[in-house]
Parts: sequence; structure tokens; C-alpha cells
Amino acid sequence: MTPFTKHTGFVALLDRVNVDTDQMVPKQFLKWVTREGYGRVLFYDWRYLEGEIPNPDFVLNQPRYQGASVLLARANFGCGSSREHAPWALQDYGFRVIVAPSFADIFYNNCFKNGILLVTLPEPQIEELFRRTAAREGYRLTVNLEDETISDDAGLGIAFQIDPFRRQCLLNGWDDIGLTLRHEDRIRAYESSRQPSAKLFGPLLNR
Amino acid sequence: MPPRTMYEKIWDAHVVHEEPGQPSLIYIDRHLVHEGTSAQAFSGLRAGGRAVRRPDLTFAVMDHSVPTKDRHLPLADAVAAAQFDALEKNCRDFGVLLFNMQSPRQGIVHVVGPELGITQPGQTIVCGDSHTATHGAFGTLAFGIGTSEVEHVLATQCLSQFKSKTMLVRVNGRRVRGVTAKDIILAIIGRIGVAGGTGHVIEYAGEAIRALSMEGRMTVCNMSIEGGARAGMVAPDETTFAYLEGRPYVPHGKDFQVAVDYWKTLASDADARFDSVVELDAAKIPPQVTWGTNPGMVTDVTGSVPDPNSFRDPVDRRAAEAALAYMGLKPGTKIADISVDRVFIGSCTNSRLEDLRAAARVVAGKKIAPTIKSALAVPGSMQIKALAEKEGLDTIFIDAGFEWRDAGCSMCIAMNADVLPSGERSASTSNRNFEGRQGKGGRTHLVSPLMAAAAAISGHFVDIREWNVESSDE
Repeated sequence: MTPFTKHTGFVALLDRVNVDTDQMVPKQFLKWVTREGYGRVLFYDWRYLEGEIPNPDFVLNQPRYQGASVLLARANFGCGSSREHAPWALQDYGFRVIVAPSFADIFYNNCFKNGILLVTLPEPQIEELFRRTAAREGYRLTVNLEDETISDDAGLGIAFQIDPFRRQCLLNGWDDIGLTLRHEDRIRAYESSRQPSAKLFGPLLNR
Repeated sequence: MPPRTMYEKIWDAHVVHEEPGQPSLIYIDRHLVHEGTSAQAFSGLRAGGRAVRRPDLTFAVMDHSVPTKDRHLPLADAVAAAQFDALEKNCRDFGVLLFNMQSPRQGIVHVVGPELGITQPGQTIVCGDSHTATHGAFGTLAFGIGTSEVEHVLATQCLSQFKSKTMLVRVNGRRVRGVTAKDIILAIIGRIGVAGGTGHVIEYAGEAIRALSMEGRMTVCNMSIEGGARAGMVAPDETTFAYLEGRPYVPHGKDFQVAVDYWKTLASDADARFDSVVELDAAKIPPQVTWGTNPGMVTDVTGSVPDPNSFRDPVDRRAAEAALAYMGLKPGTKIADISVDRVFIGSCTNSRLEDLRAAARVVAGKKIAPTIKSALAVPGSMQIKALAEKEGLDTIFIDAGFEWRDAGCSMCIAMNADVLPSGERSASTSNRNFEGRQGKGGRTHLVSPLMAAAAAISGHFVDIREWNVESSDE
């Protein structure tokens, strides 16, 4: 995982609640066997008209939001399907940070595993960010994970909170499987402690 | 020991390692794998030079993109074929048992696990699919994970997890005739909202839940994720034990009794505390129909499409406006006046034998309305298909004008050829009415199998209570 410490980038907004992961990556792209190349298909059905022609009505197609790397979103962002293709697509498109009032659980974990920083803020602060983003073309935010702040160049300074363990993982870009395998002895001990009941709950004898 | 919820008991029994301020490492008893979310995880294993730690606890099945007819022919979809090939190769290389398209045990992963007895009370089960919550019906902690976590479980048989909050949803009273498990869960989601369960594991309890068959409990737990909860569960009881006894992967004879004795200890202690409690009265739940683009946009069959102006929050109002525009519905339209073009009976929510029997009771001796362009009955597994055929359900469906198909996810996710065309409207027993879910531009109304079958006959939604049909087998 790529470490995340501090990021400054243009902000795009998606003014819609309950954006589900089916919208982020529609089903037809779940047949690919790679992790790469999903940026092109992000928000496919909203973003494109027939023949993959950009839909001028979709907010991310507006010239002012090109090159955005911070996404401002509404409540329960990423609900629905567990498809990790959604964060792969967001990341490949260029988003490093998503700011919203709340996120769905599985999506939250999936983004974290891919080094995308999700920032949860109370509704009034989200409203203020929506207002500022809409008011100024080329609006930029600096998101600093080390001191857990979001700021712009017009005096805005917001503190956010993230679980300390997750923060450490992101700052260091730690490999999750590597972390777990440090506890190999514990895993083995757990497995042998369950041996007496293995017939019931462990290895299957009759497969 | 202080009183504990069932979730806490199962959690405690699976902690491999914990340190203050860190997620716990919990052991995973069963890992279910399908073609849609696993290829990249196996590639990750290869790249890291890692093996599957416990192939004996890992089960794979083909379900998301499988065709539901003409399986003897080569696959028309080359991209899907490559994904199936990848799963075949990955299972062969890493020693994982696979139920492929030709297996008589093939089916939807959340149907196959329980019917083979792979799913048992007290286990932790994960799968790269959000509807893994289904298995919670057995008193199992089961939840969906992303592909990185799939790789993590393949490599370590563990997951790093923070403990969830707990929510008790108690459904008191008795369902009226024509009301099913599907209506109960849709009513719950309508009450708590699509994010109401975020951060929580739900335990379903109460007289109406106890009265449900295992099939019904699976329907309820299945849609926990549509209320935001990663997992939903029901305490195991005699209904659970009776369902499990004799299934291929369930312990036999004396071992079964030992297992049952253990399973009986899993229920939440009487004075266990939940972070939140929600109560509903089953007697007051009519058949439910969704009108919008998420499962929380739901109302009674006797109701109407709401006016977006009736939502106080401007963000919700805009969401309702967008949903009605997508659905092609006008505020105030009576649900019973909404015509449908296609009917889909299937998915991990409602494709089990009880669901097929219920739908068959409705359509027996009748014909689908001439305005219906297609009606699909898609069993959840090839075993269910065989059992249904033994009972003659296939003939009932076919005589009524339905197509009788092979098992798979089918038109719930439309990754195969079973697609809802743009602008058309479906009555669907599946779990998601998201934009484009059943096909780009398709308009989905989620309902029970009884309601879907009645819509097929009438061409529009009807209050199935007026047809006087038994809701379930009991």
C-alpha cells in the first residue's frame, strides 16, 4: 500500500446521498481479472452516453472539476455491494481523499486497504465545503493525515479524527497480510487449541 | 462473566490475538469464494509467493456470471469465460474445492453453503460478497469483505477486525397470510433506513422471526446489508437443528448431538445489552413494494408513490426526485396501478425451495398477463432445481408462461444474458433496486416471491392478501 501523509488537490463534488458501489463500477466490469484500468469506467452509466461519449450533465465531466483528487460526497457513500473495484476505480481515476458525512462499512475498509483516505465530518462542515467548492473554480484542499487537519488557502481549518491504528497503517503504507503474519505463532496456537473439536468446527473430514 | 450477546460469544470464541487500540485478529471458519471477486486475490497470493493457508476451509463456486440456460454450449461471453477459467485454475493450483458450472451442487454461493451444511451455527464465515450476511440465519457471524480481505483470509485464515456495535431488531406478533420474510425485512429497512445499521451487527429476534423457516430467516439476514449492517443473525433453535441434520458437511450421529449441545449455548444471554433496539409488529406489516432506487425507498402495497416534497431534508428530497425521474413514476401513483414488463423470481434472497413453492402456488393453473414480456424462475442451486422438478414446480411455472432456468445470480445482478432492458420495469424478488442493477436504465421493484408471481399474472402489482395464498410451507 502506498503511504499517505499529506495531500493537496482540486476538489470535485458529488451532491447525492447513498451513492452505491454499483454506480461506481457497474456489473459488466466485474468480469475483469486485473486490479488495473478501472478509472476509465468509474461512474460509467452516469458519466457516459451511448458509445462512451462523456455526458456533459454529469458533474465530474464539467471542465472545472478535471484533475480533481479530493472528492466531496454525501452521506452513506459507498453503500451496497462489497466490490473492491469501486476503490480501485476511484484511485485509478485520481482520487486520493474522499470527504463525506458517513461511509458504508465494507467500502470504508476497502478504501483503507488501497491507501485512499476517507474523512468523516459532521454535516455542517460538509455543507461549508460544498459551498466553498461550488463558489470557487479551482478550489483546493490540503489534507494532512499527520496532524489530522483539512485546510484551504482562504482560512479554513478543520480537524478530523481517524482511528489511530488505521492512521498508522496509512502513514506507513503497511502491508496488512505482513502485519498478520507476525502473529503466525498465535494463529497456529489457536488452530491447535481447536483440535479437539476439529471434527465439528475445523478441518472437514467428509469432503 | 457478564451477559453477552450471540455476536459477542462468537467473536470471543474466534479471537486469535488482541492488543489495546488495535483491531483484533479473528479466525475465519469458512471462506466462500466466487468468480467475481477472487481472481485479483489469487493473483496477489502468487505475487507474494504465498499459499492458501487452509484450502480445507475454503469453498469456491461459480454463480455471478453463469448462464442460466444452454450450459452445454460454449460461453458466448469471452470476458466471463476468462474469469471462469481463472477460477478453475486458481482452485486447481491452490487446492480449493470448486463447484463449477457442471457440478450438480452448483448454485448461488449463499444458497449452496447452507444447503450442503458448510454453514453451521457459531462459525465465522466470510465471502467477497455483501450478501454473506445470509448465513447469519444459522447463528453464524457472516459478513462480506473486499478482494484485499479475500486475499488476507486466503493467506492467513484470519481477518483484522474492529468490533461492531450491536442492534436488536425484535419482530413481535404474527404475520398475516400473504406476508413473507421478504416483507418483514423490507419493512425493517424502511424503518431503520439504508444506513441505519452502519457499524452494527443486527440480531433478529421475536415471535415472527422464530416462526420463520430457515429459508425465511435467510431472506431476512440476507438483506441486512441493505440496512447498512454487515452482518445479521438469528439464534439457532430446533428449526435450525432440524434443517442441518443429515446435510453432507454437518457432523453425524453422536457428533451431531455434541454440536447441537454447543449450538444451544450461542443464543444471547437474557440480560445481554444491545447498543440499540428496534421493535416492529409483524401483524401490522402488509406486503411491501419498493418505489425508488434503494431498498429503503419502500412502501405498503396499499400505498402510493410519495411526493418528494413530503421529505423535509433537502438532500432526501433531491434523492426522491432523482429516484422518481429514474423510475419513471409520478408522485401519488397507487402502487397497485404500476404495471410491470418483466418478472424475476430468484437471487440469494428468494430462490430457495420455499420461495419457488410459494410462487408456484400463486401461478398454478393461471397464465402470465399478455403484457408481460418475460417471467423468469431461477432456482438458487441445481439441487433446488432438481427438488423442485421432483415436485412438478417446473411444469407449473412453464405452463403459466414462465421460463425455468439453471441456477445462478441471474437478473439480480445481470452479469449474464438475463438483463432488464432500459426503460422496462420489473417485479423482482432480488435485493437491490439500485439504478442499473438489473440492466442499464432498468427499473426494479423489490417484492416477495408471492407478490412477484401475482404481478406476473396480473401485469401489475396486487395486494396478494386478497388472493388468500399461504405465505410459507408451514
